[in-house]
Amino acid sequence: MNRFEYARPATLAEAVAAGAVPGAAYLAAGTNLMDLMKGGVMRPGHLVDISRLPGLDRIERLGDGGVRIGALVRNADLAYDTDFARRFPSVAEALLSGASAQLRNAATAGGNLLQRTRCTYFYDTASACNKRDPGTGCDALGGENRLHAVLGWSEHCIATHPSDFCVPLTALDAVVEVEGPKGRRDIPLENFHLLPGSTPERETVLEHSELITAVRLPAEAARFAANARYLKVRERTSYAFAVVSAAAALRLEGGMVAEARIALGGVALKPWRARAAEAELAGARPEPVTFRRAAEAALADAKPSGDNGFKIELARRIIVRTLTLAAAGTPERMPALPASPFSGAITHA
Amino acid sequence: MSLSITLTINGAERAITLDDPRITLLDLLRERLDLTGTKKGCDRGQCGACTVLVDGRRVNSCLTLALSHDGADILTIEGVAQGATAGEPLHPVQAAFIAHDGFQCGFCTPGQIMSAIGMIQEGQAGNDPERVREAMSGNLCRCGAYVGITEAVLDAQRSMAETEAASGRRNAA
Repeated sequence: MNRFEYARPATLAEAVAAGAVPGAAYLAAGTNLMDLMKGGVMRPGHLVDISRLPGLDRIERLGDGGVRIGALVRNADLAYDTDFARRFPSVAEALLSGASAQLRNAATAGGNLLQRTRCTYFYDTASACNKRDPGTGCDALGGENRLHAVLGWSEHCIATHPSDFCVPLTALDAVVEVEGPKGRRDIPLENFHLLPGSTPERETVLEHSELITAVRLPAEAARFAANARYLKVRERTSYAFAVVSAAAALRLEGGMVAEARIALGGVALKPWRARAAEAELAGARPEPVTFRRAAEAALADAKPSGDNGFKIELARRIIVRTLTLAAAGTPERMPALPASPFSGAITHA
Repeated sequence: MSLSITLTINGAERAITLDDPRITLLDLLRERLDLTGTKKGCDRGQCGACTVLVDGRRVNSCLTLALSHDGADILTIEGVAQGATAGEPLHPVQAAFIAHDGFQCGFCTPGQIMSAIGMIQEGQAGNDPERVREAMSGNLCRCGAYVGITEAVLDAQRSMAETEAASGRRNAA
């Protein structure tokens, strides 16, 4: 790990000022940053420890029925907050399908959005990686790439965004609250992460020293509570990143889909909102043929970036299955294996 | 900024001066305080051997800077049997790991036990073996003693609940 200056500012304003120093990085739980620094992938000269900043560790129910999740709320605390999990069950299920209990006890909401890809070539400093060292090339192209992107990738980068949490958040129109040198601004989560294009080193729309202070879910997001699920296919039952995952949320009225929300994880460098699939479902009967049509629409633009063509059909099937589960109704209790197709608590139509 | 911190470790308050901000909580415990019960397996948050309780919550001590925890209460494997009785010198989770053969080489065991203590306090798994396995998935055992580990965790949770219920009855009487 490189040497760094360590600072623990007492206020948000001091933190944003300290973060403006060139080469500074914010440190919250550090569950990803410490790993990256140990591997020499990130080498910040200054660490600004924001983990004690006051007021950012609260889950606030807003007057209009929405919720504000402070950036420092720990994954486990959010997932096990009874009121939150009842109103936004797919978000709780996604959180509990991610990482391990130890990591969920530490990792924060804001940090989850800013975690880096788990592309092995990004982590291996002996490999070429345009994201880590712009202009050096991409060894994932033509390498071991069966887990890489099938949507939104470029010849400069085929990595995926690893978050589970961000997938239902994107489906439910979450908004990111940010504090920076020029003041506060709101960014829709759907527009927060950037596709790689020719600048894969730029991962989000955040400017240097801008700091996430909260993630907000609108009141409308709670209207899907009765029919909202997250499903994640991974290479082992627990404690693994998604090969493909999907969040599906339905608002059913009179046996028809009044409104649908779908997002995918593990397929692109950002949580992937599938609006074309949502349009297929709106006003339709919630049945397999409709779900398959939605799945086809969601993957219409997909193409393999290497040895990963299987992920396209896998993603279609995961969409159908997640929609089937959502239509069957959110379970009263979280499955023993959250978001897992092997969970005994999941019933299949 | 001063690199002096205060930690309560296994019940004892310690004033600690760090000469380098890079020291993780794990390295502080092992290399500076001679508390080598907490193990360094992968050092990257993947194996769980370094699990300790920070303010009552199980975390990976390899992935966190010691400096970030100024003022925190740390419980390591060396501290769990404190307060045990003369007749049973071990923490119930330790005793259950022995009774159920929940290890072979023993390297992952301190992390497994700390994780199990944290899991039982979290109270989310109940007596469902599947939920216990899921809740313990952050602790790898390369000897593959998982069957015994799951039995040990379930047994310890049961015995701790019974002890608590008995003490509740005594207090009510």
